[in-house]
Amino acid sequence: MSTAMQYFSRLSAEDRFALDDMYQAYTATLDERRFEDWPSFFTDDALYRIVPRENHELNLPIALMHCEGRLMMNDRVVALREAVMARPRAMRRFVTPARIVGGDGSAGNPLQLRANLLVVETLHDSLSQLVLSGVYHDTVLRSNEGMGWRLSERLCIYDSLLLPDSLVEPV
Amino acid sequence: MTNDFKPNSCPDSSTVAVDAPMLRRWPQEGWTRVPAWVYTDEGVYRREQKVIFEGPSWSYGALESEIPKAGDFVLTNVGEKSVIVVRDEDGSINAFANSCAHRGVAFCRQPRGNAQDFTCPYHQWNYDLKGSLKGIPFRRGYKGQGGMSPDFKIDGRGAQPLQVARRGGVIFLSFDPGVEPFDNYLGVMGRYFDRVFDGRELKVLGYMRQRINSNWKLMFENLKDPYHASVLHVFLMSFGLFRMDQESAVEMDATGRHSALISRRGGKADEAAAKEMSNNLRSEFQLQDSRLLDVVREFPGEATVVMQTLWPNLIVQQQSNTLAMRQLVPRGPGAFDLNWTFFGYADDTPEMTQRRVRQANLMGPSGLVSVDDSEVLAMSQNGLDDYPDIECIVEMGGKDTADTTHMITEVAIRAFYKHYIKVMGL
Repeated sequence: MSTAMQYFSRLSAEDRFALDDMYQAYTATLDERRFEDWPSFFTDDALYRIVPRENHELNLPIALMHCEGRLMMNDRVVALREAVMARPRAMRRFVTPARIVGGDGSAGNPLQLRANLLVVETLHDSLSQLVLSGVYHDTVLRSNEGMGWRLSERLCIYDSLLLPDSLVEPV
Repeated sequence: MTNDFKPNSCPDSSTVAVDAPMLRRWPQEGWTRVPAWVYTDEGVYRREQKVIFEGPSWSYGALESEIPKAGDFVLTNVGEKSVIVVRDEDGSINAFANSCAHRGVAFCRQPRGNAQDFTCPYHQWNYDLKGSLKGIPFRRGYKGQGGMSPDFKIDGRGAQPLQVARRGGVIFLSFDPGVEPFDNYLGVMGRYFDRVFDGRELKVLGYMRQRINSNWKLMFENLKDPYHASVLHVFLMSFGLFRMDQESAVEMDATGRHSALISRRGGKADEAAAKEMSNNLRSEFQLQDSRLLDVVREFPGEATVVMQTLWPNLIVQQQSNTLAMRQLVPRGPGAFDLNWTFFGYADDTPEMTQRRVRQANLMGPSGLVSVDDSEVLAMSQNGLDDYPDIECIVEMGGKDTADTTHMITEVAIRAFYKHYIKVMGL
């Protein structure tokens, strides 16, 4: 089999379904504005970043959102709820099935995954618009609580440096 | 009151050439009123491009540290226009229009890179690092046929050059060869400029860009308006990063076109201030991870925030340890691009860089503070588009245009329009 078409035989069907569940639940949680649940998809010290492809390729550290650990994610959520003034909007995230690019999910060898992402936003009195097109670079560990997976790193790399208006919510 | 405004015979409407006399009239009150049509009128917008952005002004172009080596270039904008900024062999910096002398093609499509020369892909017209035309394929034709007219000269042709000024590692550009020297242009604002650009080598930390659906001037005014910061920005208020009860000042240059908001971070809001801000102040607000605001003093003096607006396209952001150039690129009367270049210094420790990255959460298209602004700017434009005949009131802090030592003022907006009215011939 060519390297372009890898099959990760060590991952069981159950593990794969659990991964898919995690990805779908993540987007639903945010689409439905249950922001307080969002950090629970991550390990305690997980890194979460949204970066333009330009910064990523130039190895520049600045991110649109940069959270080191779930506490910083909680702060982002509280600020989003309590501090930020933004027009009401519906945001919807469309994510492709995750592609495994490395690791086997065992301790010390976390899964490396990629999934494409589109984010569409609808404001009152406006047409729906595409906010960004990007790719997740994810690192995933088995959950300590038994079933399922947790993100220990989620890097969302978006293609167009120029964004329409603002990116108000996490993606 | 030092409002000595006198309306002139007045300029432009929408359809005619930018040089045609304007039909619009500035309100009798002068700069304490801003007519909504300055944000919506296509003719006013076109005139701004001509007399402000292509006129005798210095626009921010790039940072020198983005183009350290000979042949390094970046694309930038002066007004709407795409411009190439390139480091020459001798270390000097050139800037010229990204538009081919032949058919106008925007020949450079890479946002940055390194080049020995530039070649337009359409007909392979070739330019050196000064933007001078060097070669034309088939100039003499082929086998005696075709080619350029015998009297066509290459010498002296090229992409339109711009004036270049450098100060403290920052590159400024002007289309107007008659523009005054940059140091004069900056005037007394130089002391705030040099506070950040003190000669240390800068290090770019990253880029962000957003298209905001409002007139470009509203962004400029936002940074000349400390009044809003004490009522809109819950995050700034709650953490004392910028609040009306803090020691602060608003300063302008002699013309009014540049300004600086200066403030010192304080503790809890006093009682009187808290009452005025009670709608939005969240004194109980606590971060779970305090590293987000692990601020260290890094500049001389007491100020912890200095936000500069340099006419006509630059905001220099220094809020705590987050530093950025915010470049305005107008995109019609109802939109502009805000291009953020975050930076630190080449001698920053890794901890300082990390601090700047964390504090950048406050800024940009997802900024815990700046989202308030980009959203309210779009809402401003909605209202102004619908009601272009209204006049905005700019009377907070009086009617004059003198420096102040408090924040409850719109004085810098008045000073801005004092200059704007003059430059635009309104």
